[in-house]
Amino acid sequence: MGVKINVTVNGKAYSHDVEPRTLLVHYLRDTLLLTGTHVGCDTSSCGACTIHVDGIAAKSCTMLAVQADDCEITTIEGMAKGSDMHPLQEGFKECHGLQCGFCTPGMIMSSADLLSKNPNPTEDEIRHALEGNFCRCTGYHNIVRAVQYAAEKMAVEV
Amino acid sequence: MSNRYIGKSIKRVEDKRFITGKGKYTDDMVLPQQTYAHIVRSPYAHALVKKIDISAALAIEGVVAVFTGDDIRNAGINGVPCGWQVNFKDGTTMKEPSHPLLVGTGDTIKHLGDAVAVVIAEDRNIAADAADAVEVDYEVKNAISNPFEAVQAGATPVHPEVAPNNIAFDWTLGNPRDEVDAAIAASHHVTTLDFINQRVIPNAIEPRVAIGHYDTTSEKYTLYTSTQNPHLIRLMMSAFVLGIPEHKVRVVGPDVGGGFGSKIFHYTEEALVVWASKQIERPVKWTSERSEAFMTDAHGRDHVTKAEMGFDKDGNVMALRVKTYANLGAYLSLFAPAVPTYLHGTLLQGLYTTPKINIDLVGVFTHTNAVDAYRGAGRPEATYLLERLMDLGALEMGMDPADLRFRNFIPPFDGVTQPGYQTQVALQYDSGNYEGVLKRGLEMLDYKGFREDQKEALKNGKLLGVGFSTYVEACGIAPSAVVGSLGARAGLYESAQVRVQPTGKVSVYTGSHSHGQGHETTFVQIVADKFGIPMEDVELIHGDSDTVAFGMGTYGSRSLAVGGSAIMKSIDKILEKGAKIAAHKLEANIDDLEFNEGKWTVKGTDKSISFGDVSLTAYVPHVYPEGLEPGLDFSSFYDPANFTYPFGCHIAVVEIDPETGKVKLKRFLAVDDVGNVINPMIVDGQIHGGLAQGIGQALFEGAIYDDNGQLINGSYMDYCMPRADDLPMFEIDRTVTPCPHNPLGVKGAGEAGCIGSTPAVVNAVIDALWSGGHQVKDILMPLTPERVWRAMQ
Repeated sequence: MGVKINVTVNGKAYSHDVEPRTLLVHYLRDTLLLTGTHVGCDTSSCGACTIHVDGIAAKSCTMLAVQADDCEITTIEGMAKGSDMHPLQEGFKECHGLQCGFCTPGMIMSSADLLSKNPNPTEDEIRHALEGNFCRCTGYHNIVRAVQYAAEKMAVEV
Repeated sequence: MSNRYIGKSIKRVEDKRFITGKGKYTDDMVLPQQTYAHIVRSPYAHALVKKIDISAALAIEGVVAVFTGDDIRNAGINGVPCGWQVNFKDGTTMKEPSHPLLVGTGDTIKHLGDAVAVVIAEDRNIAADAADAVEVDYEVKNAISNPFEAVQAGATPVHPEVAPNNIAFDWTLGNPRDEVDAAIAASHHVTTLDFINQRVIPNAIEPRVAIGHYDTTSEKYTLYTSTQNPHLIRLMMSAFVLGIPEHKVRVVGPDVGGGFGSKIFHYTEEALVVWASKQIERPVKWTSERSEAFMTDAHGRDHVTKAEMGFDKDGNVMALRVKTYANLGAYLSLFAPAVPTYLHGTLLQGLYTTPKINIDLVGVFTHTNAVDAYRGAGRPEATYLLERLMDLGALEMGMDPADLRFRNFIPPFDGVTQPGYQTQVALQYDSGNYEGVLKRGLEMLDYKGFREDQKEALKNGKLLGVGFSTYVEACGIAPSAVVGSLGARAGLYESAQVRVQPTGKVSVYTGSHSHGQGHETTFVQIVADKFGIPMEDVELIHGDSDTVAFGMGTYGSRSLAVGGSAIMKSIDKILEKGAKIAAHKLEANIDDLEFNEGKWTVKGTDKSISFGDVSLTAYVPHVYPEGLEPGLDFSSFYDPANFTYPFGCHIAVVEIDPETGKVKLKRFLAVDDVGNVINPMIVDGQIHGGLAQGIGQALFEGAIYDDNGQLINGSYMDYCMPRADDLPMFEIDRTVTPCPHNPLGVKGAGEAGCIGSTPAVVNAVIDALWSGGHQVKDILMPLTPERVWRAMQ
């Protein structure tokens, strides 16, 4: 039997019957076809599935879809405003903060969470904030630079 | 020609789709009527399959089909083949056991995660439930996981009929063993290391995915798979496993979330979903879980080695003697036999003038997952061996490790005016300036200043250490005739098609495959500059066997050196034909034309015709040279003359907490020489990523199989990989010594970081310990706090 949930994802309201055991990440990927959120592990360790639930970063493989009932969700697909990239998206491109791109959506969502709480983080604070997200390509060097780029850009914009 | 792009850090073309969540990885695809596969895997490393009962699984609503090893056997399907044959020293053929897609009743499980059945269902949850309902009756047997133990008398055989002593091949290379024995015996000092280069797990963040689709209308098979080389998979699967016509098979490797070697190989699941799709006449998707990835993605390294380096009284290296047991796992993966032999033994000259070298190696079967190429593949093992011996030798002889290297380096040679360097272990290096990278590294380090800091730190109870690693590696394995003589069952060239469209826009098709390396940018930079047109007018197409000519894919840092050279050949053909068309249109002699900034100009005049106009003329050939074919579209294959040989110097600075043994990596410096560089930003990124993986092996990573063949750290909760707060900002620089034998002068950058970095870190820890009076020769990697602390007691 399905359970009905109402969620807002990237500003759009959805209502679906979901199997109670459905993980939020599978609901996003399979039902809403938002495949920018990735699955990299089965232990809540890699962070590739990171999204925002009511404005806070969460690993969507660690939540059931039913737990997201009445929540506002933002995924990577909701970060740009039209063709204007979010400063983090821009930073990842400008600083070569991605290679294969698989961890990138989760990295950007975790970084956005950091910058919302700490707009001017130190290198150590960035590294600490991203320790829940694996990247196997970049050695994190350019990811740190990308977050610094975005922090500077957002400070100017404010 | 123009000079707008080559050599510049152009931002990546491919990034837009990845930063907006629009990347298209295999698991993002949903085909109409798609079903989901879940594989039933053995929880034991060695067991007889006595019975497989699928009745309960079939009874679950939503289950479409269940196939077992019995079905595969009855269908007459072969196992997945090995692509490289290394025979025994005495000429006996390599022992090559079959690697079935699924293990059937009466057959034997050879490693943890070996597959018994596949369950196919309407959704992934039903498939997983039904897989749990498959009942397999196992008779569990003793397992063996250590390669040294596996070759001892009485050890349990993995393949009793094929290799009762667990030896797949034995192999030797270099100077005769007795000459090396004599040189070692005559040495003033011999540094000896008995060590393990531990098994590591590649762990691309995208797990493997395969979708098989048999189309009943066209009778064609399509496989979408997370692969580094679609054509190779197509050839292996169609010709050797399923026995289906190659021209009726399409293999697509779409966006791939990292490979690092682990996605080179043809895996059983690929053939399985394709075969199953034909049986049920619906698409079948299999998505690996991370725990399956740990058990079944081919692993890397895993050598048990004794290495001895003999020095004369001045510190000149006189001889190197190596004995290695290389763990191949239970089955021979695609390139497995080549990795410890032709990619490892051949690199034991390093960058030194060592006159006598011999390696004696045994390739061993164990009840573990297959071991094959992982970033660097053999070269990190060779570098680790050499560079640990150099730093340890310096400590033992009371010499400076940098001075010891300067004393032994091969002198600079450019491969043009000076010949290449012929090693004692079969290779001829193309060009090198080894002193240059170490000199630059020492400058960046401020070596003198560091040694003062080290003394000062010791007074404050802190242990600081520096470790060096200078390496040379071999990329772009070639030429095909040579690798064929060494046992390769494939050629190692690359294909490229450059198709100029009537409007002057250009489509470039490469047999290389990008899974993070940035081909869509780098390759386009080259084409745009050579034609003098904007990058926006050039598109790179790769990864689809239906659109791209047969190519060999991406691994071994080969894409630019081999694939880029193939593109250069097609570019040359286009420009040659374009000049004929231009000369005709301009009513000029072809020898009077020059091509620059996207147009052919009659020298000394203002008469010119643009690349776009020539393109249009080629397809609308009204005013056209007589006898010339229409069109502007050329394919090429490039088979290199030699390997390329990047080299570099890596330096680690560590601090050890004496209370806990925890190692903090304070600085990491890398000076790499990868030949000419097309996009410095991308090359730097490749180095960074390689460094993280090499440092990961030194400090964090290591697969642990227990005596029963259980992988006891088979998840991200247990297997430690570097996270953002484990690493410093890297300090990198490069020198440029062009490759003399390919048109771009490039050498390859994908693996360098991973090849040089591991021994630098371990050497730094050993240096720190010696500075504090702990004369430790070796610590088993990874250098966990516990192991370092114990070494200090």
